[in-house]
Amino acid sequence: MKYRKPVSATLASTDPGAMSRRNTSGTLGPDIQAKIGKQLRAYYDGLIEPIPERFVELLRRLDEAGGKEAKGRNGAKGSFE
Amino acid sequence: MTVDPGVREAMLAAVPGLRAFAISLSGNVDRADDLVQETLLRALANIDSFEPGTNMSAWLFTILRNLFRSEYRKRRREVEDTDGSYAERLKSQPEQTGRVEFAEFRAALAKLPADQREALILVGASGFSYEEAAEICGCAVGTIKSRVNRARTRLAEFMSIESADDFGPDRATRAVLVGNDQG
Repeated sequence: MKYRKPVSATLASTDPGAMSRRNTSGTLGPDIQAKIGKQLRAYYDGLIEPIPERFVELLRRLDEAGGKEAKGRNGAKGSFE
Repeated sequence: MTVDPGVREAMLAAVPGLRAFAISLSGNVDRADDLVQETLLRALANIDSFEPGTNMSAWLFTILRNLFRSEYRKRRREVEDTDGSYAERLKSQPEQTGRVEFAEFRAALAKLPADQREALILVGASGFSYEEAAEICGCAVGTIKSRVNRARTRLAEFMSIESADDFGPDRATRAVLVGNDQG
């Protein structure tokens, strides 16, 4: 078996063989996919913070200014497509 | 143009996820905030092209992703070895966000090609369907599916390899951090 060492507490499963278990088509076993999914969400959730005040302020300011600033700075390009 | 309160609320509600996506793409919190700001400005300037009732979050993600891509292409022309510096920035995220626990995962994520990384994050973390992710990235649903699959496979490989090589230094880093607390 090619299994070496548990990556971390979260990846070390009760089923060590899972890390190297792959079928011939190269797809991962469901338990490995679940572990990666869990780590990915934990990583991403760690990046989620309350809305920074600068964005609340930005939208409020633009609203009060009638959106002129947004148009002036970016309206001409409009190249987000 | 006055922003409809409902539209403004929907935009603000999308900001935390949008920002997390921007950090994942750019590997840098300051740049991510600039991207989010530019995205909101563009969205407001082009609010007429937003169809009420459709997914505001997906629309904003599309704008941000395209902004990032066009900047990335621009920088690629100016600077060689963009991938290397990107990987370094992504690895240095914990210092900026105050989080160290995902260092290993982040390092593995940084090694993925950009296409695969964004597909994996959109589907696996941001909560979009394959169809929505395909629209955001401007490609076929099948392409997104195969990118996500390849990303998962590569992550699994990187992480099982990394464990043997990096366990020592990683543990040393943790010891230093703990030592600071106690010292």
